[in-house]
Amino acid sequence: MNQKRKECVAMLLAGGQGSRLYALTKSTAKPAVTFGGKYRIIDFPLSNCINSGIDTVGVLTQYQPLVLNDYVGNGLPWDLDRTYGGVKILPPYQGQKKADWYKGTANAIYQNLAFIEQYDPEYVIILSGDHIYRMDYSEMLRFHKRKDADCTIAVLEVPLKEASRFGILTTHDDGQIYKFTEKPKEPDSTKASMGIYIFNKKKLFEYLIADEADENSSNDFGKNIIPTMLKSGERMFAYPFEGYWKDVGTIDSLWEANMDLLGENPAFSMNEESRGRIYSRSSVSPPQFVGKSAVISNSIITEGCKIHGTVINSVLSHGVIVEPGAIVKDSVIMANTYIGKDASVNHSILDENITVEQGATVGASKETDKGIAVIGNGCKIAAGQTVAAGEMISD
Amino acid sequence: MNAIGLIFSNIHDYVIPELSRRRAIASIPFGGRYRMIDFELSNMVNSDITKVGVITNYNYQSLMDHIGTGKDWDLARRSGGIKILPPFITAYDSAKGEAFNTSRLELLKGALSFIERSKEEYVVMTDCDRVCTLDYQKLLDRHIESRADITIVTHRKKVTDDGIGKEILIDADMIGRIDDISEHTAADEGYHNVSMNIFVLKRTYLLSIIRDSIAHGYKSFYHDIIAKNLMHSDYYIYNFDGYSMTINSLSSFFSSNMDLLKPDVRAQLFEMPYHPVYTKVRSSAPTKYLEGAMVSNSLIADGCIIEGKVENSIIFRGVHIARGATVKNSILMQDTIVSKDVSLNCVITDKNAVIRDGRTLSGHETLPFFIDKGVII
Repeated sequence: MNQKRKECVAMLLAGGQGSRLYALTKSTAKPAVTFGGKYRIIDFPLSNCINSGIDTVGVLTQYQPLVLNDYVGNGLPWDLDRTYGGVKILPPYQGQKKADWYKGTANAIYQNLAFIEQYDPEYVIILSGDHIYRMDYSEMLRFHKRKDADCTIAVLEVPLKEASRFGILTTHDDGQIYKFTEKPKEPDSTKASMGIYIFNKKKLFEYLIADEADENSSNDFGKNIIPTMLKSGERMFAYPFEGYWKDVGTIDSLWEANMDLLGENPAFSMNEESRGRIYSRSSVSPPQFVGKSAVISNSIITEGCKIHGTVINSVLSHGVIVEPGAIVKDSVIMANTYIGKDASVNHSILDENITVEQGATVGASKETDKGIAVIGNGCKIAAGQTVAAGEMISD
Repeated sequence: MNAIGLIFSNIHDYVIPELSRRRAIASIPFGGRYRMIDFELSNMVNSDITKVGVITNYNYQSLMDHIGTGKDWDLARRSGGIKILPPFITAYDSAKGEAFNTSRLELLKGALSFIERSKEEYVVMTDCDRVCTLDYQKLLDRHIESRADITIVTHRKKVTDDGIGKEILIDADMIGRIDDISEHTAADEGYHNVSMNIFVLKRTYLLSIIRDSIAHGYKSFYHDIIAKNLMHSDYYIYNFDGYSMTINSLSSFFSSNMDLLKPDVRAQLFEMPYHPVYTKVRSSAPTKYLEGAMVSNSLIADGCIIEGKVENSIIFRGVHIARGATVKNSILMQDTIVSKDVSLNCVITDKNAVIRDGRTLSGHETLPFFIDKGVII
């Protein structure tokens, strides 16, 4: 191939089922879950890539890929529709000798070494489609080169008492990692791995091939590749990341991350375009219409919505209709959901295409502390029906 | 559809000097997130016309920026797609010459090679001074059925003085065959078939008209072609009875935008089945309402931050309305900043206008107060 080689290729692990999102991932892969009104989780790593000058991204899919494939498409919204490079969906495939599902994160990359090799990159960055954050990967790559590292892992400072939920890295003062423990009971460091790795391609290939040959390995980066590399004395560094980063793998954290967007000084702002715009595939809808009887406070609302009722502390995706007398409070409402007259939706997450009929009640006040009510794609809540706080409904 | 589209982007520029001083009428912002041409392009794409020439002869930077490759209308194609047809000036023409002529026929002469090189049987020609949802397939079917040479789309309405010198009135018989065609003058009143300047005709017929005009020096499509040939040609009208608004002055621009606050108008423009209205994607964040925001009867695009009060208004993408500000009966275009405690009534701001703290500005619905692009008050 005569085209210029790519310095860094990104591999985005998007095959996760997201089982702790229950109803929301019943028919959709987790990276395709709606976030912040007009985004899907995968918009964040994809936008970070293009904003960091990485224009070649392999997206590894496995679980329920239909929505995700359709959404990523040819990569146009992220400016990743390229003749050379761009975004490519990489599903598991059937080879001449064998066909395999992706057995683990490392195996998924292993099965696509040929994809990486096409671009002959110096570096490979491994990303996941589970997190909400804005990050300049080129800064991390500069750090990686400056440290002359074989592998660099992005880390976030977490409170000590929460450290046992993460993969914890222990480093020397210069950032070199000497110890990695997955979910330690007694953490000796507060540097949590963000699941973002930069490898020198040669090393990555070497270890992936060795790992594949090891029958006892579970072919996972966190469990196998990283510990093995450490043991072999490779130069591994922790790249300190500062800023907002949230794993939205649970109902609670997904709800919280949405709420983090609200307010005058939000924990995470979608409006800070100077820090890198987050791109998404837009719906083709007219501007939102706010009727005479509408009351809207501290909320995010997207194109195509029609608001005639009350919306407080909530995030609404495109095409949501809130009829007169309806109240939506402390909730996340995804695309094309209909909230009927005098219905009430409180402390809930409603997936796409839901109908809440007249006078129905979903969830209870946040203050009752009984948990978030969740309704899965396409469900219908009949007139007058009540869905209790913390309840989960899917069809 | 076996037709190409031709869109005239400049023809009516003179009717809104305020908004078209630096842009073609085709790229005048409309309805919160659109440009006028979006409605025509969407009509064409939704009718499966996938080869579109946009004829333009000056002021087309903003239009080209808006259209880009045409991908937002799914018109970035290897075969067909959208083509901007700028004025055809050879090295031997004088720069001040006929290139600046905006007559329909003169412009068609410049697009001759585009029309010649196309293979489709029919041509649909439209302007950009109007907003409506029209199915060109139905129009073409009717055109073929009536064996017309040209079919002109008309809208039956009570004429007002607003349209004097700007509208063409058409008389037709029972079956729609055109009897007479005239410019709207002060003497006209009552109901008339007003031309919507949408034409369908065979491509070969259009080519013969253009070549004939070049040979004979004809200048006007209506006067030198239609009116002259009425007697021995079959020219028909196609009466459109859906919602249609024509923008022919700043006040009609204002009232047409305000019309979008009516549910039945929005239903006919934005909610027709299989008829989405496409526009350039801007990737702005959703709109954010802060505590204390009070919004009523308004159309609001994405990317806005609203802290103040908004009533009966059209708010474009990226507008910021600060705390204590009141915006009533106004149209605020892209990235307008309304600072603290400002009060606006019947105001139109062009893009990037800034209104500083505490200012009070007011126009009237018949004479809206206009703030030019980027002006700081």
